[in-house]
Amino acid sequence: MAVIETFNLGQEYGGRCVLRDVNLKIQRGEVFALIGPTGAGKTTLLRLLDLLEMPASGKVYFGGIDVTSSRHERLEARRRMSFVQQKPVVFTMSVYDNVACGLRWRKEKHEVIRQKVDDVLEIVAMSDCRDRNAKTLSGGETQRVAIARALTTQPEVLLLDELTANLDPVSISKIEEVLAHIIGEQKITVVMATHDMSQGQRLAGRIGVIMDGEILQVGSPNEVFTLPKNREVAEFVGVENILAGVVAEKESGLVTIDVNGSGIEAISDYEVGERVYALIRPEEITLTLSKDISSARNAFPGKIVKMALVGQLIRIEVDCGFPLLVLVTKRSAEELNLTPGKLVHASFKASAVRTIKRWH
Amino acid sequence: MDELWQGLVKAAQLIVSFDPEVVEITRRSLAISATSCSIVTLISIPLGSLIHFSRFPGKRGLVSVIQTLFSLPTVAVGLLVFVLFSRAGPLGELDIIFTPAVMVIGQVILVMPLILGLIISTLRGVDKAISETAISLGASRLQAAVITLKEARYAVVTAVIMGFGRALSEVGLALMVGGNIKGFTRTLTTAISLETSKGDIELALALGIILLLIALVINITLNRLQQR
Repeated sequence: MAVIETFNLGQEYGGRCVLRDVNLKIQRGEVFALIGPTGAGKTTLLRLLDLLEMPASGKVYFGGIDVTSSRHERLEARRRMSFVQQKPVVFTMSVYDNVACGLRWRKEKHEVIRQKVDDVLEIVAMSDCRDRNAKTLSGGETQRVAIARALTTQPEVLLLDELTANLDPVSISKIEEVLAHIIGEQKITVVMATHDMSQGQRLAGRIGVIMDGEILQVGSPNEVFTLPKNREVAEFVGVENILAGVVAEKESGLVTIDVNGSGIEAISDYEVGERVYALIRPEEITLTLSKDISSARNAFPGKIVKMALVGQLIRIEVDCGFPLLVLVTKRSAEELNLTPGKLVHASFKASAVRTIKRWH
Repeated sequence: MDELWQGLVKAAQLIVSFDPEVVEITRRSLAISATSCSIVTLISIPLGSLIHFSRFPGKRGLVSVIQTLFSLPTVAVGLLVFVLFSRAGPLGELDIIFTPAVMVIGQVILVMPLILGLIISTLRGVDKAISETAISLGASRLQAAVITLKEARYAVVTAVIMGFGRALSEVGLALMVGGNIKGFTRTLTTAISLETSKGDIELALALGIILLLIALVINITLNRLQQR
C-alpha cells in the first residue's frame, strides 16, 4: 500500500511553474531517491510531501487520506513524518534539547524522552556531544543532529534533502553509514533527494529522475542507469556517448544504426527508418592498437583528439567519424602509449549500445 | 561654576546618605516604569508573534503604523489620557486621574508601539528556517512561535529594556496625568523639572545623576545582550 501518493501535484513561485503534474506512489518501507540536477524541483517536491507548502495544484495523500485541505490533517500527517533539510538549522540549545524537541511537542513523558534521545544519539554517534550547544557543531555533526532529531519521533516516513551536500568525504561516508543502518534496522520509508547519482544507486530501491519540475522516469536504479528513457535522463545519469542516427538495417533483434555514415550494431526493437539515439557508456568501450584483438561487433578506427585525467582514469576523446568518449585506466593508457594524435581502434559490444527514440 | 560644583557635592551627599526623599522618588519612578513595561511585555510578546506569524490584508500597513508610533510625543499621549480620565472625561468615573495608576496607563500607551514594533522586527530577523524546522518536526503553530521567540530571546529583552528606558525618562506624560504630587505621583523626571524651576539645583542634580546612572546600567545591560 502506498504510504504517500501525489495526484497531479504542481507548484508555482511568483507565476513561475517549478513543479508540474507529479504523480508518485511511495510504498511503505521503500527507499525512494529523487535524482535530478540543482534547481530541478527536488526540494519543492519534498516540501510539498512534508506539507510545509500548499501546492498550486493537485493533492497529497498520506495513508490514503487527502491531507492538503485541512490544517489539522496536515499537522497530524506531519507528525508521522520527519524532514531533514539540505542546510539543517539547529536551535540555540544543547544537542540533547534539540533532539528532544519533537518529542516534547508531542507531549511525551520525561523518562520516555530521555530514553529515546539517548538511544538515537548513540545511533548517530553523537552521545559525546549530548550537552554541547548545538550551534558550536561542525557541518557533519550538525547534519547528524538533524538526522537524530528526525529519527527520535520514530516517523513512518523520513524525507531527506541532499543529506550529504556540502560535506567532506569522511562526513559523507559516516552519514551514509548511519543512514544504511537506519534503513536496514528500522524498515522506515525514505524519500531522499540527491544530485549524487551514485548515492541514489547505493541507497535506493527505486529512483525517480526529476528535471525542470517534471518526473521523467521512475524505475529501479539498474533500469534508470542502463535504460534511460530519453536524452536528458541519459545525459544526467552519465551516458556520455549519445549518438544521433537512423536505423538502417534490422535482422532478428540486431539493428545497424547509421551514425554519420558509420554503422553501429545494437540490440534493439526499433524498425528500419526510425530516428534513434545510440547510448554507449564510456566505460563499455575498449581501445586497442589493432583491430584483430577485439571480438566485439562494433570496432571503429579513430584518432585520439584529447586526453584528460579524471582521478585514476583517463578520459579520452576519439574521432571515429563520430565523437566517442572512452574511459581507460591510467595503467592501460601507459601500456598502450596513448597520446593525442595516435590512431587506435575503439570497440564495444552490440549489447553495450542502448537505443532510445529521437523525436527531433 | 561654584554653584554647579556645590550642587554636585550636595547631590553626591544626598545619594550616598540615601536621602529618604531621593530614595522614595527613585523607587516610585522605577515601580511605575517597571509595571507599565511588564504589562506591555505581556501584551506585546503574544501580539507581536500573532502579527508576525499571521497573514492578513494590511499587515505591512499595520507594522508601518506601529513603527511610526515609536516617536509618539509624550505630551500627545498625556493629552489623550488626560481627556479620557479627567473628571469630565469618558472614563472619569474611575477617578484615577493624578494617581500612579493613570501614569502606568499612559506609559503603556507610550511604550507599547516601541516594544511591539521591536519584537515584530526581531521575529522578522530570525531565520525562517527555524520555524519551518520546528513545523517539520511536528510543532503546532504556537509551538513554532515559541521556539522562534526563544531563538530571539536576547533581542526581545533588548526591546523591553529600551521600552523601560523610554518610560523612565519621559516627563510630559507624568506631569500632565500624574500631577507631580509630592509623596504620591512625583517621579525622577517631574521632580527634576520642579526642583530646577524652584532653584533647588542640588536635589535636581542628585535626581539627574540617579537617572543617568540608571541609563548607564540599562546601556551596559543592552551592550552585554547585543554581544551574545
